[in-house]
Amino acid sequence: MSLLSVKDLHVTYRTQAGAVPAVRGVGIELSRGEVLGLAGESGCGKSTIAGAILRLLPKGTDVTGQVMLDNQNVLELKPGRLRAVRWTEASIVFQGAMHALNPVQRIGDQIAEPIVLHGQAGEREALVRAGSLLEQVGLPARRLKDYPHELSGGQRQRVMIAMALACNPRLIIADEPTTALDVMVQAQVLRLLKELQRELGLAMIFITHDLSVLVETCDRLAVMYAGRVIEEGPADVVFRQPAHPYTRALSAAFPEIGDARFRMRPSGLPGDPPYPADLPTGCTFHPRCPQVFAPCSHVDPPLFDVSPERRAACLLFDGAPATVNAAGGTVAKEDQPPAEEQR
Amino acid sequence: MKPTIERPAPAPEPEPLGPLPIPKSAKAIARTRRKEAALRTWRQYRKSKMGMAGLGILVFFVLVAIFAPLLASRCELSPTCASGPILSPPSWQYPLGTDDLGRSVLALTIWGSRISIIVGLAATLITVVIGTSFGLVAGYYGGWRESGLMRITDWFLVIPFLPLAIVLSVILEPSLTTVILVIGITSWASTARVVRAQVLSLKTRTYVERARALGASHWHLMSRHILPNVGPLIFANTVLIVAVAILSETTLSFLNLGPDPTTNISWGTILEFAFGGGAAFSNNWWWIVPPGVAVVLVVLAFTMIGYALDEILNPKLRAR
Amino acid sequence: MNDPLADVSPSPEATGPLLEVRNIHVSFTGRIGLGAGLIGKKATVARAVDGVSLELQKGEVLALAGESGCGKTTTARAVMGLERPNEGQILYEGEPIWNDLRAYRRKVQMVFQDPTGALNPRETVYESVAEGLRIHRVAGDERTQVAEALSSAGLRPPERFFLNYPHELSGGQRQRVVIAGALVLEPHMIVADEPVSNLDASVRGEILALLMELRRRLGLTILIVTHDLGLAWMVADRVAVMYLGRVVEIGPAEDVLIHPKHPYTKALLDVVPEIGGAGRPILTGEPPDPTRIPRGCRFHPRCPIVASGRAQKLGILGRCTDQDLALEEAARDHHVACYLTELGEEP
Repeated sequence: MSLLSVKDLHVTYRTQAGAVPAVRGVGIELSRGEVLGLAGESGCGKSTIAGAILRLLPKGTDVTGQVMLDNQNVLELKPGRLRAVRWTEASIVFQGAMHALNPVQRIGDQIAEPIVLHGQAGEREALVRAGSLLEQVGLPARRLKDYPHELSGGQRQRVMIAMALACNPRLIIADEPTTALDVMVQAQVLRLLKELQRELGLAMIFITHDLSVLVETCDRLAVMYAGRVIEEGPADVVFRQPAHPYTRALSAAFPEIGDARFRMRPSGLPGDPPYPADLPTGCTFHPRCPQVFAPCSHVDPPLFDVSPERRAACLLFDGAPATVNAAGGTVAKEDQPPAEEQR
Repeated sequence: MKPTIERPAPAPEPEPLGPLPIPKSAKAIARTRRKEAALRTWRQYRKSKMGMAGLGILVFFVLVAIFAPLLASRCELSPTCASGPILSPPSWQYPLGTDDLGRSVLALTIWGSRISIIVGLAATLITVVIGTSFGLVAGYYGGWRESGLMRITDWFLVIPFLPLAIVLSVILEPSLTTVILVIGITSWASTARVVRAQVLSLKTRTYVERARALGASHWHLMSRHILPNVGPLIFANTVLIVAVAILSETTLSFLNLGPDPTTNISWGTILEFAFGGGAAFSNNWWWIVPPGVAVVLVVLAFTMIGYALDEILNPKLRAR
Repeated sequence: MNDPLADVSPSPEATGPLLEVRNIHVSFTGRIGLGAGLIGKKATVARAVDGVSLELQKGEVLALAGESGCGKTTTARAVMGLERPNEGQILYEGEPIWNDLRAYRRKVQMVFQDPTGALNPRETVYESVAEGLRIHRVAGDERTQVAEALSSAGLRPPERFFLNYPHELSGGQRQRVVIAGALVLEPHMIVADEPVSNLDASVRGEILALLMELRRRLGLTILIVTHDLGLAWMVADRVAVMYLGRVVEIGPAEDVLIHPKHPYTKALLDVVPEIGGAGRPILTGEPPDPTRIPRGCRFHPRCPIVASGRAQKLGILGRCTDQDLALEEAARDHHVACYLTELGEEP
């Protein structure tokens, strides 16, 4: 019962400096009620995907591929139908949500706005529904009359969540919903999201760079790097036994307190996440990879099955179907000379 | 349980500091950097049509002012030397006609540019120096210094220009210096406010804190971190102030509050004569129009330059 | 090969602590308009730091941890001399720092949270790093000193970066430039305010590893302010947990982070996300307001021990709500400000 099916999504921004490929062939499958975590750092394309699913990217951006939301291809919808889909089928809790509220409008009106816009209720009814939404996110209904500046950061985040629920969507995309919040408030918001997800049977895509947050809330985890998904599988398996070296490095950045292996041993990756406009050849991770070997610099592995429930894009694993070389042509694995000779 | 985390490959041995490609002293590095920054700004400025047009007009008038003696003899300005027919319309000999004393209006306009522009620039200098100092000290130190300085600033902000100018002109000897002083005194307050606002915002930047943490003195902070970052704003602001100063001088001269108009010809004095001579109501348009157009063009030029500069220096205004 | 801590662990018999913070108080007063002042309204006073005492031994790394608003950044700024305490003293090598702030600044340097904001966008990397040398008029070849500092901070070859502007560098590189700017003065101590929280996750480890290496190689003492207890686990010898302007628990990292003795520390640790982490107690409410510090133990309104009734059962509830308390030694070198300690109870 697939709710969301993204196939071969490519997103290229057009900037003054030229074409910037932010997303390079990503596929996502999400069933009703499932929670998928999308992890990665700056420049990996995860926020772009959120925008692409609802076609919220700036004009002139090239978006190709398929985004099937409940059997409609969002990328091909006419504007009227697209507007109807937005917010009623899928909604977004934005990054920096605390600043996404209109400072001169009461929060009750802001929550009620999408309800009225989609013709689901009149203004008065919408406000009543807004009140019950506030209660659902843990705020008293009388705060409908408050302005954003009268709320704290955590409370504003809850308002954003209430807004996302306003039109009863089936999918919520949460883009870094707890970044910039204190740990305690973050825990409260995460717990709230989990409860809502369970109660309402929502599907969720949870986007963040903090792997440990994802492992607590998600069923499945997909790790992105330079516009591609480089590892994917059940959340706890990916976290406990990362296959791809990048995933391993990312989870090492969030160590378990009490684990002696991390005591006095911070380790990270040399270099920086690559600029999408300036990607390395071959496997895009190879300049920083601690386990790089010869073919990595000119063979770009696709995502393939490395175990029954997991996929990764890494040459360390056998079983890559046909691999693609730097020039774009396909090279069957058997045709490649053995690794040692490929200097 | 997480698998063992392998340490990343050890970083390569640091390369020894061998012979450096181009020997450069610290000062040379600073010079290179400034040159590159200036070139970059110029290249960006060139892209703005409005900016280049304004610059072109301004350069034209500045050249006219500088080369005035070559373009029209000084003698032309003196009533005794003038030899043209009285109030004659534009002709080949007198391209902009003559005034009521037979002087060539073209010669008058050319020479008038000198005083108008010089007074404008000098008054602006006073405005910027006083305004920036007030704004900088008030914004940086805060406290009683800020309150005191800002109250003085508010006072000057509120005083209407013309009455003050009239009073000062009456008290002081009417001269070029007086005009410059009057304009300077009445204009610095708004610069002070703008500078103070910017300084307040810069004060909280982390790199200013970092310099404090490094042990910088107040002077170092103001001169090396705050002033250079206020600089672009002042510069863009200055350009507009010059425009206003020239207009103010024109106004004062028009009202005969300036120095002796027989010896100090400026566009304002020409306008004063022309108006007094009834050019506005009779058909002697050639007498009153040229100086007016000149003022408008110069002010327009400064405004266009200011606009272009603002776009470059204020990143928020840059079109995506 | 050797235990990296062997040569720098502080020995108790060594000469006194390098840095001593004695009961400092830092308050911020809000502004009152003239009219409001005339009718008798008082300005709100935020007691950001309300009686903090700390000691740092030479060569150790102390993590100052807590949520936002707890006063850790203000404490760090007071240690740097950027904020003058209303009460209390800060001593470096026995001397009050305010006697000669300029000389103090040569020995103690700061690394900031936001590497982008910490660099003047109009100055090149070279000039940003050289600034400290120029301010203090340090003798010697400026170019060599700048190059060495950049090299120590991991930017190699250093000359390649001399003419770069901050916006041409990545976040990690900018932070290295800030670190180089601090190192160029050859300080003895570094105060790092959230040095990696604005950086990408995969880059953080490298910067932290750099700080550790500098501690080892140059014998630096480091005071690191962070909200991330995982970071404290990775790099700190000792941890001090702050709440509403006070230190509520301080001790060796292994003790504080694995066997916390203060209910707040325990709550912070419980909240760190992990596998199967559902069902942990989460404190309600927002981080509290330094203008309205509660009576008695300042944590009592949110304390799970009070909320669950355990405090009452143990007979300490009266004191929790009414009597303010100071740090007491709960175990060797491990101090806690909680009434549970004298009963020998754990939170």
